[in-house]
Amino acid sequence: MADVLVTAPSRPKIQIVPVRGLPIVAVVVAGLVATIASNKLWPLEFYHVVGGGLWTALDLFLGLVIGPILAKMPVAARTEFSARFMPKMLLIMPTLVTMTLASGWQLARLVGNLEVGYPKHWWLTASFIVVGVMAVIAIGILEPANIAVLFEMRKPAPDGEVIAKLMRRFIYTAGITGLMQVATLVIMTRLSSW
Amino acid sequence: MVRKLPPVAQIAVLAMALIVIGGITLASRLPHPAPLPVLIALLAVAAVLVLADIVLLTRLRDFAWPLFFQVAKWTLLAYAVMYGILEFTFVYDHVTGSTLVVLTLMLVVFAVDIPLLFGFSVARYATPGPAKADSKLTT
Repeated sequence: MADVLVTAPSRPKIQIVPVRGLPIVAVVVAGLVATIASNKLWPLEFYHVVGGGLWTALDLFLGLVIGPILAKMPVAARTEFSARFMPKMLLIMPTLVTMTLASGWQLARLVGNLEVGYPKHWWLTASFIVVGVMAVIAIGILEPANIAVLFEMRKPAPDGEVIAKLMRRFIYTAGITGLMQVATLVIMTRLSSW
Repeated sequence: MVRKLPPVAQIAVLAMALIVIGGITLASRLPHPAPLPVLIALLAVAAVLVLADIVLLTRLRDFAWPLFFQVAKWTLLAYAVMYGILEFTFVYDHVTGSTLVVLTLMLVVFAVDIPLLFGFSVARYATPGPAKADSKLTT
């Protein structure tokens, strides 16, 4: 009978903040400050459209495609995926959100959207409300769950129950923000066609 | 086994929501002047909630304080960059006087609230005691 060598899969080493990504974030943030200071249409539109497009696409993809797939995977597979995926999200999402919102605000000031009176102004107010709700969900629920999962997975003996509970929270909130991004798409395309 | 702890996270999220509502109220009124009494009221309630959170935290025994402060410290550093950009935008856009003061104080409440929330969210699942070597944020 042939000997079969069975080795337990090694747990991935988890780096909570991917250090190699920090210089890229620094360049993006420096570019954002320069863009706002220049107060010129093209750089502001570039930052807002690129940042917003990536943020919306990522949220939709994560909430409506990856999330449901992840929810059906066994806890061990979810852990393996999260260990590699979540540290990257920890850098990507805040960077995209900051570049989209800061450049978007400045762009709205530059083109005079903020000066528009009601009832048209309701479209702007609706965008503030959608972003506000998404910010509370993302910063208040999704991100703490993300970080707590990473720390739990770094323990010598991670608690599977805690990871499953936090991952559920992550998947549901990602789904909600994904759906709210549909509202963002409607509002933003409406604003850009004024 | 997860311990029963006071609702620190829920209170922190509520405080955050009040600050966000303040921001939406201000932005929705533009180009008209900011409704300062409403903003001050929201800011005051949010500040009281954050203070209540700090009191609840200080009463905790057997809590992973080193890990709490480790996460809170790095969160504060990361969010300081965002607050800096926001403050820069306010000043660049000639926001002055009491509106600038209220907006800055809102950022200050946020600067305490978010690190507190993140630190608590991680430390609540950790074993009380000194931060372990494997809990470093970067390698």
